[in-house]
Amino acid sequence: MTRRMAVAVASLLGVFVSAYLWLHKIGVIGSMVCGTGGCETVQFSPYSLFLGIDVALIGLLGYIVLLLVALIAIHPSQANARGPALALLGLSVGAVLFTARLKYLEFFVIGAVCQWCVVSAILITVIFVLSVLEYRRFLPHRSHE
Amino acid sequence: MAESTKSVNRFYLLIGVLLVAGAGALIYLGRRGPSVPVPVAVTVEPSDTAGFAGYVLGSADAPVEIIEFADYQCPACQTFEMVEFPYVRDRLVATGRVRYIYRDFPLDQHNGARLAAHTAACANDQGKFWEVHEAIYRTQGEWSLATTSRIGSIFRDLTEAAGVDMASWDECMQSLRYAGRIQASLEQGLRLGVNSTPSFVIGGGLYAGVMAYDRLRAIVDSLSPAP
Repeated sequence: MTRRMAVAVASLLGVFVSAYLWLHKIGVIGSMVCGTGGCETVQFSPYSLFLGIDVALIGLLGYIVLLLVALIAIHPSQANARGPALALLGLSVGAVLFTARLKYLEFFVIGAVCQWCVVSAILITVIFVLSVLEYRRFLPHRSHE
Repeated sequence: MAESTKSVNRFYLLIGVLLVAGAGALIYLGRRGPSVPVPVAVTVEPSDTAGFAGYVLGSADAPVEIIEFADYQCPACQTFEMVEFPYVRDRLVATGRVRYIYRDFPLDQHNGARLAAHTAACANDQGKFWEVHEAIYRTQGEWSLATTSRIGSIFRDLTEAAGVDMASWDECMQSLRYAGRIQASLEQGLRLGVNSTPSFVIGGGLYAGVMAYDRLRAIVDSLSPAP
């Protein structure tokens, strides 16, 4: 499996996790498989909205875009193209920053941690690391003089 | 190149299968169970607490009042409810010496605690609080480790078995009628210094942990000597 495929799989898992959180928030799924109860605290806190949009929905849309870009990136015609690698890197940098803000709020402001949000944070970190490694392929090699 | 295309196509197929399976799982979760999550971050309105000071058992003229702050998912609370409370009810409450008040103190780490409190609160509308309260504690081992959805299903069954009219109870649960009142109870406990369950307020003193009947009776005796 290539790094781009791994990004696609991690993004797909992210789609499921964020969809689950969002559907719970809007009341479609009336349960939360979350032992500590922290997900309810986080999801019903005032910080669960960003610019008036539910953060779980933002996450879902972000993961869908990442998945689509990764699927395009693994197509044989794009396998050695720099553009998709740059797009994955840019998207994952934005996602990591967004996630870092959410983690800060959970730990230091809300005082509760949602396990599913932690799963999402791990996934986005994996995607970010893979994207960095993938983009390094396109950096000019330094000569050791 | 042909081999590479074939391998990529297989991967696309795998992603497609996972996508369908995941969507199916989400649809399944969306359709099962009548469980309603009782939100934690609730703004308490004055109407939530108006005229309500807990679930009361016993005479208003009893000389001693015991207020218990408890969590339905707390094993220690279950121990008190199953082992000690029957003695308290039969020997102190039934004899008119004690007025017993149960208050909700749902702990954040317990995913079914608020749902349990809300289940009993809605049963209270039909005068079935103590029956459902006892049933929730008695069956704690069956639901405590279950998912919230499964817990909701168990609570519905035991509420129905207690003889509660389910149409009214369902309406009460769906509307989250008592979410604010449960939060108010928790906040009142916090103001009194409660930080663990079960905790008891007796004669102005706060006692944490499971209280054996003998100890409770000794405290009651010290406040109001036995006749």
